[in-house]
Amino acid sequence: MTLKTWRELPIGCVVSEPGSASEYHTGSWRSQRPIWDNTKCIKCGICYVFCPEGCVQQGEDGFFMANMDYCKGCGICSHECWPRAIKMIEEG
Amino acid sequence: MGKRVGMEVAVAVAEAVGLCNIDMAAVYPITPQSHIAEHLSDLVADGKIDAEFVTVESEHSAMSAVIGASGTGARSYTATSSQGLMYMHELLPIASAMRLPITMAIANRAVSGPLNILNDHSDIMPQRDSGWISIFVENGQEAIDMSIIAFKIAEHKDVMLPVNINIDGFQLTHMVEPFEMPTQEEVNQFLPPFIPHATLHPARPVTMGAFAMSDYFTEIMKAKDEAIKNSKKVILKVWDEWGRLFGRNYKPVETYKTDDADILLLTMGSMGETAQMAIDELRVKGTKAGLVKLRLWRPFPFDELKAVVKNTKKLIVTDRAVSFGGPGGPVFSEIKSALYAETQRPLIYNYIYGLGGRDVTVKDFTGMFEKVLADTGNQAADTYEFWGVRE
Repeated sequence: MTLKTWRELPIGCVVSEPGSASEYHTGSWRSQRPIWDNTKCIKCGICYVFCPEGCVQQGEDGFFMANMDYCKGCGICSHECWPRAIKMIEEG
Repeated sequence: MGKRVGMEVAVAVAEAVGLCNIDMAAVYPITPQSHIAEHLSDLVADGKIDAEFVTVESEHSAMSAVIGASGTGARSYTATSSQGLMYMHELLPIASAMRLPITMAIANRAVSGPLNILNDHSDIMPQRDSGWISIFVENGQEAIDMSIIAFKIAEHKDVMLPVNINIDGFQLTHMVEPFEMPTQEEVNQFLPPFIPHATLHPARPVTMGAFAMSDYFTEIMKAKDEAIKNSKKVILKVWDEWGRLFGRNYKPVETYKTDDADILLLTMGSMGETAQMAIDELRVKGTKAGLVKLRLWRPFPFDELKAVVKNTKKLIVTDRAVSFGGPGGPVFSEIKSALYAETQRPLIYNYIYGLGGRDVTVKDFTGMFEKVLADTGNQAADTYEFWGVRE
């Protein structure tokens, strides 16, 4: 993405495209990522409920995964997962 | 021409705003601004103007309400003073960053503590870097004129910035003065409808005041700085137009008997007229004294100021606020910095005076001149002093 110069900014930095925040991939801030161990996962969905980004999704098989475009690696899913199915690993 | 009337200045300011076809106002009353709030709400309640008067529970809410309203494209007005302005503080840079052309009267009053309701400039000075256009008025007529003019400057497509009009509390707000009130027709002719740069509307969704990280913050600050610097061109143009229509001309730096002066005094706000009398007295005694009145505080009129003080030997800068532990009064330090690179510049003296409503008379100003003229060794140049403080 090419960054705009100060002259190219819209007056008052008004964002004219609704919903464009989804293009802002906050996942780039992440230093750790969650890894699900589906042998331990009981599909309770507590990770889905607790994710403050709303980036945890349930797949067709009923297991969960995080959308890495938005996952900031906060580790709340891993902390809340009581069957201990989610491990946080360092980003390479 | 408008009708010549006698009226209290605060009431007249509300009357003038009432001529400006405002859509909304959110004004929380505070001494000495209260009569603006009261009279404007009367005008709305009596059906004299077609506007919404939002009764808020604080100045923080007042500024929030006008920001929201201005975002929808409403011509929005507020007024405050002292603690109220301090309470608005965190919202002021947001209004300017969102480029919302709000106008606000400030009935300047000392900031607590100790609690004091009287006039000085300690309320506006901490707001200096908020990105607002800041104008100081000298008398009731100017307060009325600027209250109308401010909308045109703020809403100009090349400006789109909020404007504050500084009206000395009590000294001006509570004076009954004779002045010319423009007619509704004249104001209609002068002030075009407000065309916002963007509006909040469900059918045309936009986001105002969005988040920005380090990748954009610098560019946004630079754009805001350029915007306010560029606003000076429009300010000058609008003041010229006002002068042509109403015969009252305004300049960023006003001068009185400065042409041949070798010692100048600089004031801001209501002190100008008293200082003018001091200049007359000094001239009679043979002192080549002159007066400089700073009307435009932001954007700072560098070129105009430099041109005026260029040939003078000594310049007395007066301040009505203190920068504790700093280089002197805020006006003094700005002027020193403005003249720093000039090869030819006057010695600058700084007197901090008129704090918390302490009376300032002609004698105070002549006393300042006498003291500076007596400083033949220039010992007191570039320093500041609390004028009239009991030692």
